[in-house]
Parts: sequence; structure tokens; C-alpha cells
Amino acid sequence: MLQLASVTKVYPNGVHALERFSSEIQLGEIIAIIGGSGCGKSTLLRAIAGLDRASAGTVTLDGEAISAPHAKVGIIFQEPRLLPWLSVADNIGFGLSELPAAERRERVAKALARVGLADKAKVWPRELSGGQAQRVAIARALVAQPEVLLLDEPFSALDAFTRKDLQDHLLDLWADTRPTLVLVTHDVEEAVVLADRVLVMRPHPGRLFEEITINLSRPRDRNAPLFEQFKRHVLTALDRSLDRTVPDTQGRREPGGGLWW
Amino acid sequence: MTMTVELQAPAAAATPQTASRPWLTRLARPLLGLLLPLSLALAWELAVRAGWSNGRLVPPPSKVFTTIAELAQSGELTRHITMTLSRVGIGFGLGVAAGTLLGGICGYWGLARRLVDPTIQALRAIPSIAWVPLFILWLGIFETSKVALIAVGVFFPVYLGLTGAILSVDRKIVEVGRVFRLSGPAMIRRILLPAVLPAYVVALRVGLGLGWMFVVAAEFMGASEGLGYLLIDGQQLGKPAQIVAAIVIFAIIGKATDWLLEIATAPLLRWQDSFARQSGAA
Repeated sequence: MLQLASVTKVYPNGVHALERFSSEIQLGEIIAIIGGSGCGKSTLLRAIAGLDRASAGTVTLDGEAISAPHAKVGIIFQEPRLLPWLSVADNIGFGLSELPAAERRERVAKALARVGLADKAKVWPRELSGGQAQRVAIARALVAQPEVLLLDEPFSALDAFTRKDLQDHLLDLWADTRPTLVLVTHDVEEAVVLADRVLVMRPHPGRLFEEITINLSRPRDRNAPLFEQFKRHVLTALDRSLDRTVPDTQGRREPGGGLWW
Repeated sequence: MTMTVELQAPAAAATPQTASRPWLTRLARPLLGLLLPLSLALAWELAVRAGWSNGRLVPPPSKVFTTIAELAQSGELTRHITMTLSRVGIGFGLGVAAGTLLGGICGYWGLARRLVDPTIQALRAIPSIAWVPLFILWLGIFETSKVALIAVGVFFPVYLGLTGAILSVDRKIVEVGRVFRLSGPAMIRRILLPAVLPAYVVALRVGLGLGWMFVVAAEFMGASEGLGYLLIDGQQLGKPAQIVAAIVIFAIIGKATDWLLEIATAPLLRWQDSFARQSGAA
């Protein structure tokens, strides 16, 4: 279980990126974090990844505090961030250097086949398309068999068709080992198609605004009326979160603003 | 229907042409580059043969070649080339070693950079030839001062290239190393080193070019052997053919060493190749 307890982040330049964010995320859950710019969603993800330390509060995974990158936590960034001097296969095997070569090769080959790029093993990253490169990045993160996989707007740089394709593919891969997924996105449809729970955040300082449970069975039909309804629900929450006149529904309320909406 | 047939026909005809083109361009490109100097040399040769010029101050190519042949036959050429090559070799080696060591430390470690870099930048502002008198006083007029001058010339581009390359390593790629929990040495070996390599190779090639430049300066300051000595000797004894011969040999060896360096580092930079080849073919 991933526990976030009053995670707060104030940057040295005084920017208050995250204010007392708390949540509990069960193993195998898919969480989408959505919100306007400056709502601290990427900051939160980096704190879970152990890339940046929180100013206050704690991130614990199975009771173990996270303050540095952790073997059980993988991350996929907005850009594939492949190492250009390594072949596709070596990129995927990058984090497996402690394994014996034979086992590493086998796991890399399996991961490559799983993302449908078995024929690209020996290719340099620069020869891949954007979607293929992001698939390699997904394979690189998943081959380490993380318990928690963090995704920071992983498909936002891709065209609409590739994005949809990769969203479905991600769910497919997730079903293999069912890790916890925490996905930061600004795409409402992406959030609703993937997540069990959507956490809507609001900016200045970044904090939790509303939590929406998407109790739709998978695979989800993007054209179903219920799907549309959830999309509208998230969209409305997002709009309200950006409306300064709407008080917080969770966490600390402004003095004198103690009204429930 | 006829439209598609018409459209396809020229495309099919063009395919074999493009397939044979890499061969053609690979051969034609160097030949194209040689066209201008060769025709100029030929024209000058003919002008001298025809008696339009006596060719005393600007010797015709044939005379330059006989001079080279004579020097080669007497064994002198080998002696001069060996001398110059060993000076460049040792100076380049020392310059690269110092530049790499200091560049690596200053690039990786901020405190060292703030401590050392301003001094190096100040020293860099001094034209390297200005060190010559001091080097001769300190190190004598023989080999040491010459090698030192070459090493100084090589040091700066290597140092600058390496620190610059380390500082510009993509933070996002370094973060990948952090996510996979690489230790300090592993981070250097698996992320920083390969990331820095292309710029480092360029720095080495610039350094080698400067090494060749400074060996001439070094051999001007009182050498009895070496290609630079051939230049001075030719000037003092009024033998322009010998000067041109030495210049031609400098050009050939300089280009050859640069080419060797390029060949030696090519396997390490294979991953950049695909791009170079693509843009080269276009």
C-alpha cells in the first residue's frame, strides 16, 4: 500500500507547490491525478518517485518511507528519455545490470515482445517513432517489475490515435502483474478510461480538491453514456477546482469559508 | 486508371537510379573536391612549362614532387617526419591527459570548477605563442620546451570541450540514472561518459589540429630536425620548393592523423551514425 501523509512541498524560491496532500492507494489500484497547471501534480509524482524530497509529510510504501528512488517504484516521463547510445534492447535492460546476462536477455526479449517491438531490439532509439519510443520507455519501466508505476503525462506528446492505442496497451500490460499505477494527466478522457479513482487537484498551493471513483468495468467503452457521464463529472470538478470562489471540499478551508457546497 | 499507371511509371524508373547513387556519390564527392586544386596545379605546371613564368618563387608541382622524392631517397624526409610526429604525439598526449583530468574534475565537481576554472580561463586569454620565451628559459631550447608548447595548445580545447560537455549533459537523462539508483561511479560510467563522448571527440580533433599548428611554431624556435625546420631551412637557403614540399607533407600528415582519430572513435559513436548517414544522403 502506498501512503501519502500530509505531503507538502515548498521550493527554495518560495513557490508553494503542494499543501498537505494525503491519500492511501491500494496495491493494484489505478489512480489518475488531474488538475490545472501549477496544482502540484508533477511535484507529487516526483515525491513518490523519491526524485525530490517533500518539505514535510511522508510517502510510505508498504510501511517503508521513501526519500530516494526505490527499487519497487518505477517512473515513465512525458518524454521517453531513452539513452541514445544504447540499442533499444540495452535501454530496456538498463536497470537490470545486476541480473546474470542470460536472465537479463530473456526478460528484455519478453518485454520487447510484450510491447510489440521484438523486431526493433537492435535499433537505435533515434530511429524510433514517438509512439515506439514511449513503448520502449514503458517496457524499460515494467521489466524491473515495479510494485508502483508512476506516469507523468506519458502520452501527452503523442498524436490522438497513438495515444488511444497506448492507453489500451498500458491497461493490457497492467493486467499482467497488476502494479499500482499513479498517472498524472491533463486529459479527462485518459483519466476516465484508465483510472479506478480520479484525484482532482487545485492550484496555488497545490492540494486535493475532489476524489471521483470510476466504478466502470474494464474494458471501458469510450462511447457508452455512463462513460460520458463520468467524463462530464470529472470535467465539472476540474472547472470548479479552477474557480476561486468555490471553497475547498477537502483539507483545510479558508477562514470564514466553512460552507459545504 | 491511366492516372495511377502514369504516376507509378516514373517512380519505378527512379528506383534503380537511387539505389546506385550512394556508390556514385561516395566516389564522386572526393573527386569533385579534388577537381579545383588539381586543375590549378596543372595550369601552373603548364604555365611554367610554356615559359610564361620562371616558377622560381612559386615552384611548379613537378619540382615540388622531385624535392619530396629527393628528400625521401636520402632518408631525410623520414627523419624529419618522425621527429615532428613524435613531438606532436607526446605534446598531444600530455595536453589531452591534463585537459581530460582537469576538465573532468571541473565539469563534475562544482567547487573545483569555481576554484580552478577562472584561472584557466584567464590563462587561455594569453596567446600560447607568448609562452615561448618563458618556456625556453625554463625548459631549455631542446625538446622539452617544444613539447610543452604543443601540450599547452592541445590542453585548452580539450579542457573546454570536456567541461562544456559535462555541464550540458541532459538533466533528464541523469534523472533516468537516478531512477535506476546508479551509484556515483556507475552514473559516470553509464550515463555521463557516453553522453559526453561525442563532444569530447570533437575537442580531441580540435586539439590535434592545434597541436599541428603549434609544432610549426615550436620548430621555428631553433630546431635542427622536423618539418618546421625544413620550412625555415628552405626560407634561409632560398629553396621555395622545399617549403612547399614541407607544407604539402604537413597537410597530408595532419589530415591523416585527424582521419585516424575519426576512425578510431567511430565505433564509439556508432549510435550517431544513422543520423549522419541520413542527412548525408539527402
